[in-house]
This record gives sequence, C-alpha cells and structure tokens, in this order.
Amino acid sequence: MPWLNIILQGVLIGGLYAMFAAGLSLIFGVMRLVNIAHGDLIVLAAYIALMVTQALDVSPLTSLLLVVPVMAVIGYTLQRGLLNRTLGDDLLPPLLVTFGLSIIIQNGLLELFTADSRKLQAGAIEVQTFQLMQGVWIGILPLIQFVVAIGVIAGLETLFYRTALGRAFRATSDDQSVAQLVGLDTRHVFALAMALSLAVVAIAGVFLAVRANFDPAIGPARLIFGFEAVVIGGLGSMWGTLVGGIVLGVAQAIGAQIDPGWQLLAGHIVFLAILAVRPQGLFPKVSG
Amino acid sequence: MPDAPLLEVKAIDAFYGDFQALFGVSLAVEARQVVAVIGANGAGKSTLLKSIGGLMHPHSGEILFAGSPIAQMAAFDVLHRGVALVPEGRRLFPSLTVEENLLIGGQSRRPGPWTLGRVYELFPMLAERRDLPALALSGGQQQMAAIARALMANPQLLLCDEISLGLAPVVVRDIYARMPQIVAEGASLIIVEQDIVQALRAANHVYCLQEGRVALQGSARELTREAISAAYFGV
Repeated sequence: MPWLNIILQGVLIGGLYAMFAAGLSLIFGVMRLVNIAHGDLIVLAAYIALMVTQALDVSPLTSLLLVVPVMAVIGYTLQRGLLNRTLGDDLLPPLLVTFGLSIIIQNGLLELFTADSRKLQAGAIEVQTFQLMQGVWIGILPLIQFVVAIGVIAGLETLFYRTALGRAFRATSDDQSVAQLVGLDTRHVFALAMALSLAVVAIAGVFLAVRANFDPAIGPARLIFGFEAVVIGGLGSMWGTLVGGIVLGVAQAIGAQIDPGWQLLAGHIVFLAILAVRPQGLFPKVSG
Repeated sequence: MPDAPLLEVKAIDAFYGDFQALFGVSLAVEARQVVAVIGANGAGKSTLLKSIGGLMHPHSGEILFAGSPIAQMAAFDVLHRGVALVPEGRRLFPSLTVEENLLIGGQSRRPGPWTLGRVYELFPMLAERRDLPALALSGGQQQMAAIARALMANPQLLLCDEISLGLAPVVVRDIYARMPQIVAEGASLIIVEQDIVQALRAANHVYCLQEGRVALQGSARELTREAISAAYFGV
C-alpha cells in the first residue's frame, strides 16, 4: 500500500501543478506570449493573500474572494499598459519584457517582505485526513486543492468552448486581423485573457502558500513546473494540462520515495523522456 | 439638395513602407448601390478595400462613411460604424465551427435584418454543415460562410475582396446570384474583382484601377468593352 499512497499524493499535488500550467497555457494559446514572469506572479498572489489574511484576519481560502479579482485587475492592466505593446511577429520582445518583469517582481517582493520564508495558515484543515482504505490516507486540504484544480480546468474548458468570450479567444488566436474585422478589439481580448490567467494564478498562489513555505525567489521553479506540465500534457489542451500536472506530481512523489534528493530530478527526467518520445505531448490539440 | 453618398473616399494615398500603392484615389458609393472595383494584379484594389475597412490607414486624403471620418479608425470601430469586409481568401477561423464563425460575426451586431436564421436561408448549405469545422467546407462554401459572417454584423456597406478567387465559375455564379437579395435588404456593396464579366453584371457603377490610380469610372451599362480593356491593361 505505501506505493499507492505515494502515487495518490502525487496525483493530488498534480492538481496544483495543473493550475500553475493552465494560466501559462491559456496565454500562450491566445496570444503566443511566453510569460516568463508567470511563476513570480504566482508568488505575488501568495504575498497579496498573506497581506489580506493578516489585514482582515480571514482564512486563506476566504482571501481568494479578494485575491482573485485583484490579480485579474493586475492582469488586465499589465496587458493593456505593457504587454500589448510587445506583441507582434517577433516572439523575442514579450520574452524579454516578461523576463524583466520577473526580476522586478522578485526584487520588489524582496524589498517589501524581505527574504524570510512565509506560509499561510489554514488552521486545523491543514492536518485533517481521512482513511480511504487500509494504509491509504488522504489529506483534506490536498483533496480540496485537487477538486478546485479540476473545477478550474473544467471552467476554463467550458469558457473556451461554450461561451462568446471563449469564441473570441479562439478567433483572436486563429487570426488577429480578421478578428478585428468581425468587431473584436484584440487589445481588449488579450487583456481579458491575461486577467483570466492571473485569476487562475491567484488560486494557484494561495494553495501554494498554504501547502508550503514561500519566499520572493521561488517563482522561477514554479514556472518550470508549469512549463513541464503544459509540455507533458500537450499544448492547447486544458485536460491534457491536468494530466501533465498529475504525471509530474506522481513522478516527483515516486522520485522522493526512492531518495529525497531525487524528487525534482525525477520530475525533470520524466518531462525530458516525454519530450524525447512524444514532443507534441500526451494530448495535443489537433488544429484544423 | 441630393443626399451625401453613403461612402466617400477622397483623394487617398496609401503606402506599404516606402512603396506607394494608391495615388489620390477617390470613390463614392450611394445607398443600395453595387460598385465594382476592377483592375489587374497589383492595381491597388485590395489596398483600397483595406483602407476603407480599417486594416490600413491612408497616408493622406479622407474617407467619410455616413458623413463621419473613418480613415484613421481601427477595423473593429469601422465595423461598429456599419462597414464589414469579406477578406480575400475567405479567412474563416479554423478552430471555430461554421456556426461559431457566423456567431462571432454577429457578436457586435448592429440592429438589422440579418440573423443566424436569415443567413441560413440565404445560404442553406451552411445550415446543413453548421457543426463542421470551418475548413471542412469546400472553397465555395467557405466563401459563402465568409459573406454570411460579415452579414451577421448587419453592415450598411459590405466590402467583398476577390470573391471569385480560386472558385469554379458555376460556384461564382451561384454566389453572385445571392447579391441582389443582400442589396434588397438595404446594404450597399463594393466588389473587388478580377473576373470582369461577373463584376460588370453585378454592379451599377464601375471603377477601374491601374497602378494605384483610377483610370476609368462610370455606369456599368455605359462603359464600353474597349474602354474597360484600355483602362484595365493600360493600352
């Protein structure tokens, strides 16, 4: 049973990785922008949640009611004010600008909050578990996190394929100039996509901050996890992203069981193996 | 005093970088009029349509639609004013179904006669294929879908760029047979065409562009074949 337990814990953490990846995948899908600052924005969301929980004395999960809209507004403003200006035929300007943004966010957080590790306290729920079967225990918080991840992915999938906004995202992704011809202000559409991406980032950031310690420098590693989950799952497929997150989570859990030092290495090795054998990912979106 | 034209293009110059594509081009379209713009490859026909549709902005000159200047507006603003462009090469959205392509055309619709039901009446074959990916349609059906997508916005002026490009003559005739119905519902049309016969048959008024200038214009009935040939080929 210990292996089943380990795999199950890996699956549950995979939900968090899928949330890291979903916002990244959405932005790349809609506007071909690789957001190098994505991991730092997750950490920024964690710090905003820290401020909200301290100032209002609310639980981290309740703080989402404020952190999600705040991050969405930051996303919209960032896109309209800065990132839209970098978009064009060349992929390099948005890469460089988001790389710069990553450094600015890290140093800004360092200045404001110091390099000390922080953690959000969710109370008793953090240690509550239930027994699934003999020898297999499930934590309530990881389970909530996984269910929320599935909800986020299902919500994004529904939004993309069942709503007018999703249609606008897909049309703009297909052909920006024709999107304008049908009346879409692509600058606004891109800003809405970034707002949505950072709303998901906010949820991921809060769960990350409840689960583990965080400090201003951990963003880039979360970005790598997000990238790996996207690539394993296959670009453009939200459910594939969830599977990518789970594969990464399980690989890390198994690696850690073999040797604690192998946790991250095992994730990277599985990522590289999939990239070598199936570069299009496990569930690539077949484009028309 | 006669009403002002629906669209007035006044002496526009347009450039691609240093290359000048239009030289002082002027054109007018009355309400419910069909205007054909003909000319050889590279004459500036598509540039003229892109300038009116807001995809590029003329360097100088004026474009007035219903009396308001639109030359420097973005394409989505021009559409909101009532000018829709059917781009060259159809350019349907590949990741959307046929119906989604039509629905997105109507996403910022103005009040008017065209609804999803009405465009399906105009092009019944689209209704039968509404759930297919847009690129699963044949070339002719894609052209119909592109026109239907533009109609969904209920434009007062519809700009059609090279409708006949790459299509069999029978399909082109089939598409052009629907044009009178579009005009009857209140829209004016500008048709950019290399198929002169088709364009002359459909239009009330013809402009012939040659190397970025208006070489000839007049009523489609009155222009002689010789005059058109001379303007078209520059001989």
